[in-house]
Amino acid sequence: MMTTDHAPAKPPFWNNPQVRAVAFQAIALIATVSFGLYLFANTQANLQRLGIASGFDFLSSPAGFDIIQSLIPYSATASYGQVFWVALLNTLLVAALGVILATLLGFVIGVARLSKNWLIARLALIYVETFRNIPLLLQIFFWYFAVLRSMPAPRLSYSLGDVVFLNIRGLYLPAPQVEPGFGWAIAAFGIAVFLTLVLVRWARQRQAATGRQFPVVSAALALLLCLPLLTFWLAGSPLHWQLPELQGFNFRGGWVLIPEMASLLLALTIYTAAFIAEIVRAGIQAVSHGQTEASFSLGMNPGKTLRLIILPQALRVIIPPLTNQYLNLTKNSSLAAAIGYPDLVSSFAGTVLNQTGQAIECIAITMAVYLSISLLISLLMNLYNRRAALVER
Amino acid sequence: MNRAKTLTLTAAMVLLTAAGSAYAGKTLDAIKERGFIKCGVSDGLPGFSYADEKGNYNGIDVDVCRAVAAAVFGDATKVKFTPLTAKERLTALQSGEIDVLSRNTTWTSSRDSAQGLNFTGITYYDGQGFLVNKKLGVKSAKQLDGATVCVQAGTTTELNLSDYFRTNKMKLTPISYDKSDESAKSLEAGRCDVLTSDQSQLYAQRIKLAKPDDYVVLPEVISKEPLGPVVRHGDDEWFDIVKWALFVMVNAEEMGITSKNVEEMKKSANPDIRRLLGVEGDKGKDFGLNNDWMAVVIKQVGNYGEVFDRNVGKGSPLKIERGLNALWTQGGLQYAPPVR
Repeated sequence: MMTTDHAPAKPPFWNNPQVRAVAFQAIALIATVSFGLYLFANTQANLQRLGIASGFDFLSSPAGFDIIQSLIPYSATASYGQVFWVALLNTLLVAALGVILATLLGFVIGVARLSKNWLIARLALIYVETFRNIPLLLQIFFWYFAVLRSMPAPRLSYSLGDVVFLNIRGLYLPAPQVEPGFGWAIAAFGIAVFLTLVLVRWARQRQAATGRQFPVVSAALALLLCLPLLTFWLAGSPLHWQLPELQGFNFRGGWVLIPEMASLLLALTIYTAAFIAEIVRAGIQAVSHGQTEASFSLGMNPGKTLRLIILPQALRVIIPPLTNQYLNLTKNSSLAAAIGYPDLVSSFAGTVLNQTGQAIECIAITMAVYLSISLLISLLMNLYNRRAALVER
Repeated sequence: MNRAKTLTLTAAMVLLTAAGSAYAGKTLDAIKERGFIKCGVSDGLPGFSYADEKGNYNGIDVDVCRAVAAAVFGDATKVKFTPLTAKERLTALQSGEIDVLSRNTTWTSSRDSAQGLNFTGITYYDGQGFLVNKKLGVKSAKQLDGATVCVQAGTTTELNLSDYFRTNKMKLTPISYDKSDESAKSLEAGRCDVLTSDQSQLYAQRIKLAKPDDYVVLPEVISKEPLGPVVRHGDDEWFDIVKWALFVMVNAEEMGITSKNVEEMKKSANPDIRRLLGVEGDKGKDFGLNNDWMAVVIKQVGNYGEVFDRNVGKGSPLKIERGLNALWTQGGLQYAPPVR
């Protein structure tokens, strides 16, 4: 064997892996930033050459058009900035309702998929396979153009006791009109919620200490219902209902659920619920069957087993993919533009963009908003996931 | 679908940032090299731009683009039509997706200034009106308080509608659709009581309905809607060509030159006619085109009167009267500067 008596020469610095790593990252960063700057400068130059206005001043000029659904006061004399808020709230409304409804429906269908009842399990399977395999846009069109278009004209509305009306213009519900004194009922409800929390905590501690159970659910329900109702009655029932009434062309007064929103919400809920159902089924099946058997041998009934043993463990598997579905639902809500629901894409990235001609600003704002909403949902779900995740010791 | 298109346009806008400066002021050169004109038209409006069952486009807006192609290439067929919704049209033009927009677009101050566009002329003098079902028994737009109105998103009609209802202190429920077909379907289904648009479009929409006779256009005209071809800011040479393609057709009608008699008229002694047809002088060359391009436009596309009659006038199913669109010599507003 040959031996060398001199130490190996120090390698040149460009062969040093640490130096290389830093250098490559620096080059990548400089390239990205300069490409971005180039795009920005070139866009500015081109906009100037074509004489297209740029900047965000347009947000304060009057919009001049009306919007069918607005959660905040809006009229045609309001600014483009106000249109942005109206449109954003419409997007958030349909996304939030969609997330809640899709989760509820998805959990029910997912559990039904695993039912021992042959019929229920098959029906759930057919639901999942049908709705997750039809494009969402087609489903929106189906509800909007096929189903809700077959409703009768306003004069021939279906009515429920002359209080609720359903026709091609939407579902009309009575609207509550609050009178002074109603605040007491709300305060009473707040107190009831607080007392319920205290009660739940006390019951849990007592059960841990003594093993004795307390009927928490019925007690909490009684508390949450009776306290506000009693206060409401004592305050002299400070609330009346404004009924929808047929006047001229349309119903006026009351609350209306427009068909554009209804079909979008239906399609988003039904479509996403099919995916959530599969996630829930997979999550439950990921919990080993031994857990169920152990739970049964301890004398727990199937309902309690599902609620206290299976679901908490299944949630660890369910939450991360569930977050993806929430993000998908929120982003898919932008298909609203196809049926004239005034969401962010339709009203802001559509009408405002067109009326002002400031495409880059409107699209940039819209993209930034969707990015922020998605990141926010991710953040919240990650926080929840951290609580549900297996704590390693 | 629509989101995808918007994003495509945005992407095009970004690409423009990289490629745009290459042909600043050189639209004509780029078109000649490409071999055809990219023309934006509507997504389906009988009489203005409408694709028949064979996919051939017809209409007054389509013929304006054909006239420009005849001027540039001596061949009216060298046009590629891009159907655009009202919402997409201006961005498509700004970003360079199309060379000229000829899509019943209203000439307004903000489009002419802040949006970086130039209107080259007026192909059709229009005004906004209302289409309603006869069953409603409405005789005047003033009776529309509380009505649900279908309107196309991103149009001047959307703005005029709000103004009209507000100034008349009437309650309005608007539904804005991207496509005119969706508005028409909604009117038929009863989702809205009224369809509002430019009057010419209302007549065109009405013949597309299942029972056109059940619907009536209300007498009120609530706005001025001068519709015309549009180009981008920053290329005056191209602006002039598109502008004059239309002026030539109007002048031809005034001088009595038609697609049929254009060859005979070349023998005319009238110096105005001789200049227009390129027999005398070199007015055509001044545009950077063939000297006889104006004659070619008339021969291949026709004069303004022929184009009007064939597409929207008495020779078409729409049967719209000339009205404001008659020549100035016949009590209308169509007037073109002289070729001199």
